[in-house]
Formats: sequence, structure tokens, C-alpha cells
Amino acid sequence: MEKRVVITGMGIHSCIGTNLDEVKKSLYNGTSGIIFDQDRKDFGFQSGLTGNIPKPDLKPLLKRRQRISMGEESEYAFMATIEAFENAKIDQEYIDNNEVGLIYGNDSVSKSIIEATDIMREKMDTALIGSGAIFKSMNSTITMNLSTIFRMRGVNMTISAACASGSHSIGLAFLMIKNGLQDIVVCGGGQEVNKYAMSSFDALGVFSPDEDRPTQACRPFDSTRNGLIPSGGGATLVVESYESAVKRGAPIIAEILGYGFSSNGGHISTPNVVGPSTAMKRAIEQAKLSPKDIEYINAHATSTPIGDANEAKAIYEVFGENGPYVSSTKSLTGHECWMAGASEVIYSTLMMQNNFIAPNLNFENPDEDAKKINITGKTIDKKFDIYLSNSFGFGGTNSALVLKKMN
Amino acid sequence: MEMNEIIEKVNEVLVDEFEVEIDTIKPDANLRETLDLDSLDYVDLVVAIESISGVKLGEEDFKGIETFQDFYDVLHSKVAEKQD
Repeated sequence: MEKRVVITGMGIHSCIGTNLDEVKKSLYNGTSGIIFDQDRKDFGFQSGLTGNIPKPDLKPLLKRRQRISMGEESEYAFMATIEAFENAKIDQEYIDNNEVGLIYGNDSVSKSIIEATDIMREKMDTALIGSGAIFKSMNSTITMNLSTIFRMRGVNMTISAACASGSHSIGLAFLMIKNGLQDIVVCGGGQEVNKYAMSSFDALGVFSPDEDRPTQACRPFDSTRNGLIPSGGGATLVVESYESAVKRGAPIIAEILGYGFSSNGGHISTPNVVGPSTAMKRAIEQAKLSPKDIEYINAHATSTPIGDANEAKAIYEVFGENGPYVSSTKSLTGHECWMAGASEVIYSTLMMQNNFIAPNLNFENPDEDAKKINITGKTIDKKFDIYLSNSFGFGGTNSALVLKKMN
Repeated sequence: MEMNEIIEKVNEVLVDEFEVEIDTIKPDANLRETLDLDSLDYVDLVVAIESISGVKLGEEDFKGIETFQDFYDVLHSKVAEKQD
């Protein structure tokens, strides 16, 4: 018998806050986390805009041996996971005595690889790279670090699916629990945002050039949008079977009802309409709902001309006239890439818990596609119970999740 | 490099790299136990020593090292070899 799947804990380390309370306030107030970084410009970036993520101090929290295996993305993921475990009322004793799984999204370790390569170029001797480099420079670095720090003994793997990695990690955790293979899975997404990680993305000329107005530069769905802004951090969710959550007396925050996935089968970077609409339809169908039941859509929209237009077309195709409220929280955070699918579920769940819809910042003049859907440029005080979160990535990977409030 | 300078530089880099208190490093103290070294940590020890002396220690060099004094002696000898 299939199991109900719920979220019992969330944790976040992002450019709009380093805990749930800070993030909730930023979402409600429409506070942007975007800055201009001169160092990127000096390094040769076309755009020096970036999400501004505080570096956590792990020295009081972890031993040297643990820290030296962690790159930027693992540090963020660790901070988010501490908060998620606390909120889920899971301590180390529980993890030591019960099987807890880990499926986390990550798709780059650029800085760690470059640092190790720089040492090789200078020293010409692998013996001088150090012992932490290998564990930092593998794509599964977050799961190998978290699983050893917290001594986890369940499923243990990294999901790499570009900018849909975090969303797919939740979807796969959902399927594992739904089918009775695990009771609890920690999932989420981590994203390095350093200049090494983002330089090849900037090479495509897709970052907004509006360096003189960082907080207004990210304008999803607006007709004057001219590119995305790279960002990152860590977002962790504790996903659990309903039975396990009740048995533990854990706080049940939301229920995951549906996970839809698809692949565009087309261009490596240019999204289409049919792939995203297929993922949304599948998620709604799996949730045993109809499009009219969805009250809010957290859009993937990154502020690129074609990406946002095609997502608006896909939303219109699925939801038609008078569809649900839509906003892209990337207008506040920038594009959190591998983390985005997980962080945006946290953002949307915070909104659902606190009865508001965060604004699609800088949405002033809709284009023809945006006019057809119900995008809100302002914070709306509104109780809602069901939302859908979209995440799409390079290579045409798409993920859509449907979640419902637990009362 | 004279022995006094070796001891001073080695102790400084070990405190920094392995995050131990300086007063735990004594000539007759056990190197592995004091620094809480596992097999991976020896890789970082090699890197740390190279950074202060230019000497690359190999697996063979660690055979017979028990105390910090043993370690200083091996390093002193390797530095002398390098300078010759």
C-alpha cells in the first residue's frame, strides 16, 4: 500500500536569509539578496551581479577532519540541514538508532577542482594536493559529507539534473517513501556561487547586465527582462512517511501530493513549452487534482527572455484563463540553480504556512505571454492550501511538485 | 635551517593545520596521538611540511617516527640533504 509523504523539517541558508524566519520576512517584504561584486568584474565577468550569501563559520561546529572535505556547497547544505533536523525534531540519537536516507541535489564542484588543479600546475606533485581535495571535488560531495557527519545509514546519493536537481531530489525522496522503501529521507539542494563556478555560465551572456541597479535587475516575466542573476546556498527538507511523522510526534508542515517529470528532447539550453507543461500535468494528475485546485504556482522563471515566455505559455496551456497566482521568487534570490528546486519549495511552503504570496519583484510591464497568466508583482495576503513548484534545467530536464498544507 | 628554526616552524604549522594547543607539542610526546592523525591526515602533514621547508616527506620517512623529536630529527636530516 502506498504511503502518504509529508515534510516535517526545513532549513535554509540563502541570500535572503540564513534561517526560516529571516527568509519568511524577506519573502513577505520583497527584500532582494542581489548585489554587485567588483571581484567578478575584475575576474572578467560580463556581469558582476550575484546573490550575496554569508559564509558560515563551521569551526565551532565541526572537526578539522570534517571541514577539510567540504567545499562551499557542502557548507551551505550543512547549515541548512542542521536547521531542518532541529525543526523536524530529529537529533543524533534518533539518526543513530533509525535508518535515515539522503538524496540531495548538486551539479558542480568547480572551485574545488580548480584549486586542486592550480596546486598540481604549481607543484607538479599529487602528494601536495592534500587529503580534502578528492572529497570536495566530486559531484556527490554534499551527500558524502552530510552522510558521514550525521552518520546516516539509509539511501545515499546525489542527484545531478542541472537547475532542477533540488526539485528532483524531493521528487525521488517522495517516490522512495511513497513506495515504502524509506521512512525518512533528507533531501534538498546545494549551490556554490563563487566566481569559478559561475564564469562558464556568464560566458553564455545570459546574466543581466544591469549592474547599476542590482535589486531591480532580476525581472522575471517583465517585458524589459534581460537575463538571470547567479545565486546559491543550501536548502534542506526532511521528507517522511505520514505514519513515521505521527509516530515520532513530529510537526507535519505539508504533504507532497505529486511529482511530475519530463525531458524536452530538444535544445541543450533553450527550453520549450511541451516539456514543462507535461511535467506540470503529470504532477497534478499524480496528486489526483485538477488544475483549478492549484492556488499558487512558484514559477521557475529566471528572467531570461525565452525561458520566461515559454514557461508562461506552458502555464497558460495547463491552467488556461483565470489561473492561479504566479510568482517567481528568483526575482528576490536570483537563480539558485542546483538548489533552486528545493529552496523554492521551502519558500512556497513558508508562504502557505503564513498565508501570503511573495511578490514577483520588478514585474511592471508584462509581455504578451505574461499577460495571459496571473502574475503578482506585489505581496498578497492570502490563505492558500495547495501549490505547484516548477523547476527546469539545461538539457531539458523538468520537474514539477504539488504540495498541500497540513492543518 | 637549524634545528631550533625547524622546531619553531614545524610547531607553528602543526598548531595551525591540526588545530592543537601549542603546549601539547613536546619533544617526547607521541606525534600521531597528539595530533590525532589518521591515514588521511598524513597526506596533509606532508603538504604542511613542504610548505615550510620545501622538503617532501615520503611514506618511508615516517617509519620509526614515534615522538615529535623523532620527527624533528628526520626533517633536520632531510633539510640538510636538500641543502647539500
